[in-house]
Amino acid sequence: MGKHVLLVEDEINIIEAMQFLLSREGWDVDTHSDGATAVDKVRAMKPDLVVLDYMLPGKNGIDILSELRADPEFARLPILMLTARGQGRDREQAEKAGVSRFMTKPFSNTEVMTAVRDLVQLAQ
Amino acid sequence: MARDALTGTRIRERRAMGGLKQFDLARQIGISASYLNLIEHNRRRIGGKLLLDIAAVLDVEPTVLSEGAEAALIASLQEAAQRARLAEEESVRAEEFAGRFPGWAEALAAAHRKIADLQRTVETLSDRLAHDPELAASVHEVLSTAASIRSTASILAEDKTITPEWRDRFHANIDADSRRLADSSKALVGFLDAETGEAAPSGSPQEEVATFLGAHAQALEAVEQGAEGVERLVADAPELASEQSRHLARTILDRMMQDSAQVGLADLRGALSSLGPDVVALAAHFEVSVPHIMRRLAAVPELEAGLVVADRAGSLLFRKDTEGFAIPRHGAACPLWPLFQVMGQPGQVIRAQVQMPTRDTAIFDCYAAAEPVGPVVLNAPPLLEATMLILPAPERPGMSDMPMEEVGPACHICPRAGCRGRREPSILSEGFSGF
Repeated sequence: MGKHVLLVEDEINIIEAMQFLLSREGWDVDTHSDGATAVDKVRAMKPDLVVLDYMLPGKNGIDILSELRADPEFARLPILMLTARGQGRDREQAEKAGVSRFMTKPFSNTEVMTAVRDLVQLAQ
Repeated sequence: MARDALTGTRIRERRAMGGLKQFDLARQIGISASYLNLIEHNRRRIGGKLLLDIAAVLDVEPTVLSEGAEAALIASLQEAAQRARLAEEESVRAEEFAGRFPGWAEALAAAHRKIADLQRTVETLSDRLAHDPELAASVHEVLSTAASIRSTASILAEDKTITPEWRDRFHANIDADSRRLADSSKALVGFLDAETGEAAPSGSPQEEVATFLGAHAQALEAVEQGAEGVERLVADAPELASEQSRHLARTILDRMMQDSAQVGLADLRGALSSLGPDVVALAAHFEVSVPHIMRRLAAVPELEAGLVVADRAGSLLFRKDTEGFAIPRHGAACPLWPLFQVMGQPGQVIRAQVQMPTRDTAIFDCYAAAEPVGPVVLNAPPLLEATMLILPAPERPGMSDMPMEEVGPACHICPRAGCRGRREPSILSEGFSGF
């Protein structure tokens, strides 16, 4: 059984592309589009990696990240944050909240998959 | 050199500017030319009657000679010196420079003020771009769609083993995303065009309506006179890009029609010629409420008046801009506006002279009043609407006796230091120091 990734993203076409890429590399992929219930979803699924969008309906990625990091069980969970907000202060905010990797849109598939592999390797 | 020690220099400059010879000035005030020469070279202190005599001959106020150029000029020069990081020994000579070369000093100070103004404008615009929710949403939309297209196109280009089902799905996604990208790019360009002053509909519905009202002053008059229909004017207005703005415009125009039925423009102009823009007298004359008269006065093009209407929560429900009185596009306005003072006293009418911190320190004659709106509900406080009329009038009758209230647009873009109404730091440096 492959590693399990939870993709928290609300752009349906990005979800499909990412799902295809991750599945092709052997990942079990689950998706979730609602920011307000994303933390509950992570707690329930306990994935090996979370790919998290910054701007989500209901709750933004930083708040989700902070809540997860406050829980000892997810303090070291690899979290890759994707964002269309590339400002330095957003990155700084994400780093302060404990993001594992921060990537701005539009990203290349190679960049994303390299980051995913790196994060999993580091977590092992 | 101390300021009072330069009196002689100023006497010499003023004498030269008036084309008067040293000998002639000395003769007229009854001293020798050599003694005047010593005074003019700051080698003899001067004051009392002799200073008054010289000032009289040179036809200037004695303080112009004794105190030198205006403090503001000196302050501007010192500020310019600080910004240019001149050495201390240079910057302390600002007054000497102003005394010796008044024309150059004025030019330098004016250039410095202009640079500071432009810097503020740039900072304000940058702040708007950085915090504008519509721009943020547009950029997010463009980048997200671009990310989707890039990722999907790469899969199609690089993966030769992709199944026909996935391939078809990705083709459809790219097609949908490319159309979405075209739309969101257009919206973004429209926003940026509007930011740079080019004609393009954008912004909040309230903003679109404000632009619409400003661009159709004559047509609005025609609507009032029944020569043109509300619906047609709204439908043909390029400024009203969204259904929300068209709805808002219809509501405002309907209210305008109701207002004008009781106070027609021709009658209002007639009353204005005898009563002036005294909103209390005009309201009594037409037997309508003061806010009603304010709305009507805002519709008189030649008055160039601005109008702001707010609810009790401080939300600006309506805005008609007037040059020099900055009304914020987003967030709360300055709490010192008379508009907010009348909220606690519905029915009270306030007239106040206010000054905006613009580069011309524009002065406005403002009237404000609040009135209950909406249906009466038993045991429930009424909903309130406050209205403020903004008349650009530096020398309107009766204003000289009124105290001047220094106000601003909104805290985050207001440069006033030490303001009692400040709620948050300003992005402008003066504001930070005063917070």
